[in-house]
Amino acid sequence: MAYSEKVIDHYSNPRNIGTLDKSKNNVGTGLVGAPECGDVMRLQIEVDEVSGTITDAKFKTFGCGSAIASSSLATEWLKGKSIDDALKIDNMDIVEELALPPVKIHCSVLAEDAIKAAINDYRAKNNLAPIEVHSL
Amino acid sequence: MLKLPIYLDNNATTPVDPRVLQAMLPYFTDIFGNAASRNHPFGWKAEEGVDYAREQVANLIGASEKEIIFTSGATESNNLAIKGVYEMYAEKGNHIITLTTEHKAVLDTCKHLEKLGAEVTYLEVQSDGLLNLADLEAAIKPNTILVSVMFANNEIGVIQPIKEIAAIAHKHGALFHTDATQAVGKVNTDVNEYGIDLLSLTAHKMYGPKGIGALYVRRKNPRVKVTAQIDGGGHERGMRSGTLNVPGIVGFGKACELARLEMGQDAARLSIMRDRLENSLLELEESYLNGNKDHRLPHCTNISFKYVEGEGLMMGVKDIAVSSGSACTSASLEPSYVLKSLGLDDDLAHSSLRFGLSRFTTDEEIDFAINQTKEAVMKLREMSPLWEMFKEGIDLKAIAWAEH
Repeated sequence: MAYSEKVIDHYSNPRNIGTLDKSKNNVGTGLVGAPECGDVMRLQIEVDEVSGTITDAKFKTFGCGSAIASSSLATEWLKGKSIDDALKIDNMDIVEELALPPVKIHCSVLAEDAIKAAINDYRAKNNLAPIEVHSL
Repeated sequence: MLKLPIYLDNNATTPVDPRVLQAMLPYFTDIFGNAASRNHPFGWKAEEGVDYAREQVANLIGASEKEIIFTSGATESNNLAIKGVYEMYAEKGNHIITLTTEHKAVLDTCKHLEKLGAEVTYLEVQSDGLLNLADLEAAIKPNTILVSVMFANNEIGVIQPIKEIAAIAHKHGALFHTDATQAVGKVNTDVNEYGIDLLSLTAHKMYGPKGIGALYVRRKNPRVKVTAQIDGGGHERGMRSGTLNVPGIVGFGKACELARLEMGQDAARLSIMRDRLENSLLELEESYLNGNKDHRLPHCTNISFKYVEGEGLMMGVKDIAVSSGSACTSASLEPSYVLKSLGLDDDLAHSSLRFGLSRFTTDEEIDFAINQTKEAVMKLREMSPLWEMFKEGIDLKAIAWAEH
């Protein structure tokens, strides 16, 4: 399988690998996928509670190069965004940016799910109603 | 200087040995005749080349040259052996016994015969890849005509107890066929010592050219016959028609001669290199050897790395050409059926690598392969949430994962 240059770049130099303290109230954690399916993504955001801006984002992914690249790219895009803007990230934006082939679209869907799951985890911690996640 | 990428997929195919190529070259130009042309020297010379090669092939497996039927490769040999016996011995019975871990050339041939009325038993293997002889004994029936068990497995390299299997087949009046594609030229495969009635072999796994193989068909004790699957001019004693691939046959013969003379020293050298590669990779936590360690080919190893995803791993070892247990082409995620037969979970089957060394593999190449594989596994684990959870002592099987 031929990977795009951007996928190879994210795979070789992944951005924002790591772990945030999930016990903190302003940290949201999303864990999506399943080991049997060959992809598990964990995406975390740290939110400035006053401004509602995402100040930090980290990920860890078990999966193919496209899954790693999708989550790495997502963390890059999340940093500095408001929660509202973060919710606007669509999986097709990731597909386009990374030039993912059709068989790898599910990696971008998983990344979008991970973003929404992280936001919902943050919202739940702060007694806010969950936003609807369509694709899970 | 190391030339990248490094080829360590020699169970898939091997490069042609330059000495084999040299032997073949005249047969493309000067000695181009049809070996079946009886009326002029062009044909005679080609036939001489074929006759000599037939002896070279026979000598490697302890057969007589009259027992060698040239084919296009081991897939055709397996087809000829199994379909040919099924047709020839139809009056005697219709039951065939084989293994679930056989190559598709055997499995799909058996499936084809099932549609025509054959009864086929696919025996499971043990967790080390070896057949339990008691299972074979129990599977034999009065109508069993053929037992077909591979000599050495193409994915994990385990060598089956061939002599014992042949003895059980014979005790019950069945013939014994072995797909010895991976074993011939690597280890002793003497047909009389092991009691083999039919044996499939191919040139391109032993430094010969692609497109040429053979089926050994025993002529004495017992005399075995197979029904031809390709009809025509009656070549190869009527068992396989078609103009002989003279340069291929000559190359195959040369490859067999070289193997007979050198396989002992090759095996000794390669098993040391293989062990070094294997031991270094097994130093990694949560890495597992697949298949029996004591009964196997000297030049290959198959290792699973837990908490690493197969496709990501292949991307990480981009400078070494190896094979993955993950056959995840396109959207389907179907792990190796051989590894599944050993009882491996999907995740371990997916994250396995098969390394196959050759006569031409160097110590520098092994060093490189060790380093790149270790680096890839460690890097991927560093970014794997599963590895982190494992390290925290979380039972991954207890988590309710959302299937997608």
